[in-house]
Amino acid sequence: MHPAYSVIFFTTSSGAGYGLLFLLAILGALGLLPAERWFGLAGFAIALGLISGGLLSSTFHLGHPERSWRAFSQWRSSWLSREGVLAVFTYVPSGVLAIGWIYFETTSSVWNLMAWLTAFFSVATVYSTAMIYASLKTIPQWHNGLVPPVFLFLALATGAVLLNFLMLAFGIWQAWAVMIAIAALLAALALKLKYWAFLNTRSREHTVESATGLKQFGNVRPLDPPHTAPNYLNKEMGYAIARRHSERLRRHVLTLCFITPALLLALILVLPGMFGLFAAGAAVIASATGVVIERWLLFADAEHVVNLYYGREAI
Amino acid sequence: MTTLPPATGKKLGLVIDLDICVGCHACAVSCKEWNTGGYSAPLSDIDAYGNDPHGPWLNRIHSFEAGDGTGGRTVHFPRSCLHCEEPDCVTVCPTGASYKRSEDGIVLVNPDTCIGCKLCSWACPYGAREYDQSHGVMKKCTLCVDRIYNDNLPEADRVPACVMACPTGARHFGDLGDPDSIVSKVVKEREGYDLLPELGYRPVNKYLPPRTREVDRSHAKPAGERPAQIDAVHAPTAVEKFFGWADRMLSD
Amino acid sequence: MTAANSQPTIDTSPLVSDEVKTTTCYMCACRCGIKVHLKNGKIRYIEGNPDHPVNKGILCGKGSAGIMQQYSPARLTAPMLRTGDRGSGEFKEISWDEALELATKWLGKVRENDPRRLAFFTGRDQSQSLTGFWAIQFGTPNFAAHGGFCSVNMATAGLYTLGGSFWEFGEPDWEHTKYFLMFGVAEEHGSNPLKAALGKLKGRGTKFVSVNPVRTGYSAIADEWLGIRPGTDGLLVGALIHELLRTENVDLDFLIRYTNAGWLIIQDEGSPEDGLFARDGDGQPLCFDRQNERLAGAIDKHVVPALSGEFTLSTGQVAVPAFQLLVKRFLSDRYSPGAVAEETNIPAETIRRIAAELAQVAFQQEITLDVSWTDWRGEKHDKIVGRPVSMHAMRGISAHSNGFHTCRMIHILQILLGSIDCPGGFRFKPPYPKQTPPLLKPSGKPGDIRPSEPLGGPHLGFPTEPEDLLIDADGNPQRIDKAFSWDAPFASHGLMHMVINNAFKQDPYPIDVLFMYMANMSWNSSMNVPDTIKSLTGKDDRTGEYVIPKIIYSDAYYSEMVPYADLILPDTTYLERWDCISMLDRPISEPNAAADSIRRPVVQPDRNVRPFQEVLIDLGARLGLPGFAKDDGSPLYPGGYPDYIANHERKPGIGPLSAWRGEFQDEWGVGTPNPNQIEKYIENGCFAVHEIPEDQRYYRHVNKAYIDWAVKVGYRITDKPVFFQIYLEPMQKFRLAARGHGNVTPPAEHRERIRTYFDPLPFWYPPFEEAMVTQDEYPMHAITQRPMAMYHSWGSQNAWLRQIHGHNRLYIHRGRAAELGIADEDWVWVSSHIGRIRTQVKLMDGVNPDTVWTWNAIGKRAGSWNLDPEAAESRQGFLLNHLISELLPKRGDSYRYSNSDPVTGQAAWYDLRVRIAKAVDTVDGVSLPQFEVIGRPAVVPPAPANLRYGAEFGDATT
Ligand SMILES: Nc1nc2c(c(=O)[nH]1)N[C@H]1C(S)=C(S)[C@@H](COP(=O)(O)OP(=O)(O)OC[C@H]3O[C@@H](n4cnc5c(=O)[nH]c(N)nc54)[C@H](O)[C@@H]3O)O[C@H]1N2
Ligand SMILES: Nc1nc2c(c(=O)[nH]1)N[C@H]1C(S)=C(S)[C@@H](COP(=O)(O)OP(=O)(O)OC[C@H]3O[C@@H](n4cnc5c(=O)[nH]c(N)nc54)[C@H](O)[C@@H]3O)O[C@H]1N2
Ligand code: SF4
Ligand code: SF4
Ligand code: SF4
Ligand code: SF4
Ligand code: SF4
Ligand SMILES: [Mo]
Repeated sequence: MHPAYSVIFFTTSSGAGYGLLFLLAILGALGLLPAERWFGLAGFAIALGLISGGLLSSTFHLGHPERSWRAFSQWRSSWLSREGVLAVFTYVPSGVLAIGWIYFETTSSVWNLMAWLTAFFSVATVYSTAMIYASLKTIPQWHNGLVPPVFLFLALATGAVLLNFLMLAFGIWQAWAVMIAIAALLAALALKLKYWAFLNTRSREHTVESATGLKQFGNVRPLDPPHTAPNYLNKEMGYAIARRHSERLRRHVLTLCFITPALLLALILVLPGMFGLFAAGAAVIASATGVVIERWLLFADAEHVVNLYYGREAI
Repeated sequence: MTTLPPATGKKLGLVIDLDICVGCHACAVSCKEWNTGGYSAPLSDIDAYGNDPHGPWLNRIHSFEAGDGTGGRTVHFPRSCLHCEEPDCVTVCPTGASYKRSEDGIVLVNPDTCIGCKLCSWACPYGAREYDQSHGVMKKCTLCVDRIYNDNLPEADRVPACVMACPTGARHFGDLGDPDSIVSKVVKEREGYDLLPELGYRPVNKYLPPRTREVDRSHAKPAGERPAQIDAVHAPTAVEKFFGWADRMLSD
Repeated sequence: MTAANSQPTIDTSPLVSDEVKTTTCYMCACRCGIKVHLKNGKIRYIEGNPDHPVNKGILCGKGSAGIMQQYSPARLTAPMLRTGDRGSGEFKEISWDEALELATKWLGKVRENDPRRLAFFTGRDQSQSLTGFWAIQFGTPNFAAHGGFCSVNMATAGLYTLGGSFWEFGEPDWEHTKYFLMFGVAEEHGSNPLKAALGKLKGRGTKFVSVNPVRTGYSAIADEWLGIRPGTDGLLVGALIHELLRTENVDLDFLIRYTNAGWLIIQDEGSPEDGLFARDGDGQPLCFDRQNERLAGAIDKHVVPALSGEFTLSTGQVAVPAFQLLVKRFLSDRYSPGAVAEETNIPAETIRRIAAELAQVAFQQEITLDVSWTDWRGEKHDKIVGRPVSMHAMRGISAHSNGFHTCRMIHILQILLGSIDCPGGFRFKPPYPKQTPPLLKPSGKPGDIRPSEPLGGPHLGFPTEPEDLLIDADGNPQRIDKAFSWDAPFASHGLMHMVINNAFKQDPYPIDVLFMYMANMSWNSSMNVPDTIKSLTGKDDRTGEYVIPKIIYSDAYYSEMVPYADLILPDTTYLERWDCISMLDRPISEPNAAADSIRRPVVQPDRNVRPFQEVLIDLGARLGLPGFAKDDGSPLYPGGYPDYIANHERKPGIGPLSAWRGEFQDEWGVGTPNPNQIEKYIENGCFAVHEIPEDQRYYRHVNKAYIDWAVKVGYRITDKPVFFQIYLEPMQKFRLAARGHGNVTPPAEHRERIRTYFDPLPFWYPPFEEAMVTQDEYPMHAITQRPMAMYHSWGSQNAWLRQIHGHNRLYIHRGRAAELGIADEDWVWVSSHIGRIRTQVKLMDGVNPDTVWTWNAIGKRAGSWNLDPEAAESRQGFLLNHLISELLPKRGDSYRYSNSDPVTGQAAWYDLRVRIAKAVDTVDGVSLPQFEVIGRPAVVPPAPANLRYGAEFGDATT
């Protein structure tokens, strides 16, 4: 699949935003974070900013952004619609929560309920985003049980890395927060490794023979494409990445998205303070870069079955 | 709306005969021509005279080779929307612009409500959805919904443009939900099949396979070719033998 | 939620158009009937006309793309005069008056001094009866259309042998045929009817065999594909004939009744009569009557000619039946399946089987129609017997230098099976069959050409003896293309492909004005493009003037040829003008019906362009040509082309259109001109059909009722029957001349060639290029095919069609590529004996391993057709034409014949031999050669970037 930058930015940015929002809400509700105005303001600004920026960018690739309100209507069948609806729903409890946190400097009573709702909707929204991809039978690399947890845990991990940076910036450093982030990173890493292993070993069940129904005559090879210049399908779905290139990028994801942030965070445990802040900042940058590459690869590695009509033998 | 109708009144669709399709692109161009001014208007052409000309075509003709050597085949393969019974292209649509008509099963995009998110094109295994960059909406085969019921057209013309144009007669149109329709019968007789059946989209359109070829049709030995009368002394040359026969024939 | 949530209501009955106009398609030469839907004055939709005899409602991809041709940005917009150098593309706009005055001045001078110095050649047009008539009135011998580079081998082989031909003059009896054998066809002139027929044949299980080096298109759906090595069909057909003879499967009755098989041929080596028919005192050919055991008139009633034996004539000479010579030739080992298997790449077993199948279907699946008819002798028959084997052949046979003989062989195969103009066989389309050959001789002998005088007869005809050649006393060609000279005696369509080359070499003489119409001669219709461009731009060292001083050209689009002309007469599109597809030219008849048609303007031009026919008629009047100007100098057809179509009479009562003639507007063929004729055509859908009655539909070579009717309506000038010529006496006359007999004999240097190739019986010889280059150096054949969705060069300006074929690849056999170390999509150098090109390859299985091929005419010159100079057509596309030499390698005396069939002058495009080698220097991904980019004249506005055609029509949703 062609990696569209607006979609990459949307899913990674809003993912991190929802991850952060989720953590703020849960940890806030549990009283583990200070219900303090400026911390709250910074936290919600970053989380909602990332989310809104992401959502906004997702409309950039629309042919008719002015009609995007229509996308809320088909929640009964469409994960994209559900995601839209849930994203909007998330604004309500999270907005109320933010008001409580920032204005009233509290996260208890009704705000507590809002926090739990925020957490729930954050998870649900990221899950819906993931399901947009995971529900596509046409793309076996996406249509599997690993994609939603990968999305969820990457959102959590990138959100957690952000949270640590935020906490360090406010001088409210906590070892458990680091541990949470490292744990989320490792969980995401494990899922991602599993996902890659799945990609490496998965059987290619869709073939050009089944796409054309010509198996009875022997192996099928394309002779001429319908048109000599690439068309929309080729541009959108024909994107293919060389195995070698993909493996190199996976290594970058490994280092940037997981190992570097985890090590940097681990360093904080030893050397908090000013250095810790720098380390956390570096971790944010590394994980952000890493997750963008991860998302780019998620598209680049994905093969749409329509390519069976354009020269791919099996997918 | 993008939930699918529980059942459709008819299952209108196309049946494409790969045994006689010569890959002439008539159906594809005729489709482009009809639809660029029809329900899907326009079908834009981007960089029309430049080095990257492209734009939506609702029907495209591939060619494949199947099998090896002289025993193999060249097969021309038209590809357009199959008006699936379980089309995810419809259910993924967030706006309801993509829908399957309850009365006849035609899958359409409403150009007035489509936001151009392209998700439906991702959900279609058959590459039947094409995004119109300059119009900002998704385009697809309409089964010529603005022809097949069109009271302004003579009765005989109320078939899809591609079916009208096809010079070899490789395209048939009809109700595949009616077992007594001509299309259903031909599908049954010729063992018409589904593309990518394992995906479960249950296409309405069917493909008729290239017929197996009975190359040798000389079962009945032609007349003639009797062994020449053996005459050790004067074996006739081929020419003599032939005229011997001709003489006998003309004397009869 | 909102409206978006429920199924929208849509208007399923939108008004398609305000108006529908019928006319005739011209996206190719098939001439289908179309219905053009107009909405607000723009074209909404073009569809096939279901009532039309040619296409019966179907429409091909090109036809459907007519809208994009109509609104093409490559359209010329106004008359232009060249201002820069030839090829620069620099022009200034001039008025029509200026243009026509200039043309009149240039042409008038030529006509007054030496009419030969005008070469008027027209390409893919359908007005040859008008352009030819104009050229006759002008008085130049130098006129022809594109047939010489197209399919003259098919036309002449058929017309000399059968009086009709493949090409456009006949077709299989699709309704009844039970076996269809096709040679070398990718697309065909009658492509829509052919496709429709193939669909039906396959549907009813009729076996379809395709002989073709490439397995695409029609060959892909054939029940059996024979991947023949190019240029060897003569061996295959010869072996089929061998097998039919060997297995005694020939229709002797047919041979005796309808052919010259039993006619006696004098065997008297050294004498001037050797090889001619033995004739009686009245010049009637003789046979040996088996019944009465004596010599008799070969076509007398009740004779049963012997098909073998040696007979002594009254002169003491010995004569044998023609058939005996034929049998001898084809029963020889040379034509045995085993002997040809390797050369043709078709196993002997397969050849034997196909022959057996042909025989089986012809003789054991014979069909009879219960229709009574009367033959020319007056004998009544109560049924019509059909041998339902049919054949078709086109440029795969034609475009080789052995094509004439090969095509004759195919006709002989049909004759042996008795399946000409019978149910299930090959059938003639009226006005065919004509005599074998048609009774028309070429005009343009030295005495025919006089300043300011018409030529005295039509340019193109059918020589039957050396006296008919257009040569001077020394044997030199009289025509600029050397047609009807010793170089190409039966060049019945001229040699358009040689005109520019010869004019530049001033061989046989210089010309002053080259006047061309609708032919892209600086590109895809020329061999050796680089040299052709040199000829167009070459200057005389002494004068500094162009060697071809003036070039006038009419095109509708900015093709590669336009920049090389001095004066451009911009034509309209096919939807903006009148045209006439006339019985005098190449009509649209079907086997069961005579038919002709017109084109009429369905939209008005929005540019300063004029239909070429109008311009030609206007020029004719300005030049004062008889037939175009009255005695007082005023125009004879002030109403332009429609006026001419309705009122011109070629002979009394015979005009361009056949129908609605005469005082009562009800005559077909012959009748006084009818001022309402065109109206009648329009009312009828722009065509007219005259059904042939049932008893006149078959055996028309001898069918009395048909022949009488054909004479009556002017299709034939004699009521004599037509005898199929397995033995072609006219060829023998040329051969005798080459042996030194007769008054007109070839100069010594031509004799060997005439002796060899003017064999009255067909034979196979290797194509010239194959025979002349070494096989080691150039081991592969290189050929082209027409893509179904593209018409030569003129489809590339079409926004839709160019998306389908924006560039071309060189297709090569997978196994052969592996041997050469070439992978899919690699770039290769393709070298011929005159040059090399660089292209990208595509591997495939379904191609003869010794053959590479590509789609024809996709490559474009950068800057032409108002395409972006970076367009794939020029950056990746390529032409094989750059590699095809227009001349054969030098002969001993350094004379070079054209690269053509020695009998007909047909351009031998497919004789090309090449060597393929992987190219390593291809980082840029560009095909080579790249020519200098040609500029766009200011008069042609720049092309738009994006199109949203039809947006204005679409309002289906409510
Ligand atoms: N290598 C190779 N070369 C070949 C062949 C091949 O098979 N292989 N085939 C040969 C054969 S058979 C043929 S017939 C020739 C064809 O070659 P050409 O006769 O050159 O045919 P086109 O290129 O289609 O068109 C000729 C010109 O007609 C112009 N034209 C189109 N419509 C109109 C109109 O309405 N009015 C006017 N005035 N002009 C118009 C076009 O713009 C173009 O410049 O090519 C020959 N060349
Ligand atoms: N779509 C479309 N239609 C056209 C045209 C066009 O440009 N486009 N052009 C029109 C014109 S001008 C013409 S002349 C006709 C020509 O119509 P066709 O005769 O169909 O022309 P080609 O494409 O030259 O096809 C020649 C075929 O012969 C095969 N061939 C080559 N060499 C040999 C050989 O030695 N033996 C055998 N058996 N086969 C061989 C080639 O593979 C090819 O399939 O088409 C007309 N119709
Ligand atoms: S072919 Fe594709 S677009 Fe058409 S109904 Fe099926 S899934 Fe949808
Ligand atoms: S592109 Fe249009 S039709 Fe397709 S899913 Fe998006 S809104 Fe629906
Ligand atoms: S049915 Fe209509 S829209 Fe669909 S492919 Fe055919 S012509 Fe195109
Ligand atoms: S028009 Fe008919 S024969 Fe031509 S490509 Fe389409 S289906 Fe095949
Ligand atoms: S075959 Fe096609 S392009 Fe040619 S006349 Fe017919 S419809 Fe037009
Ligand atoms: Mo041609």
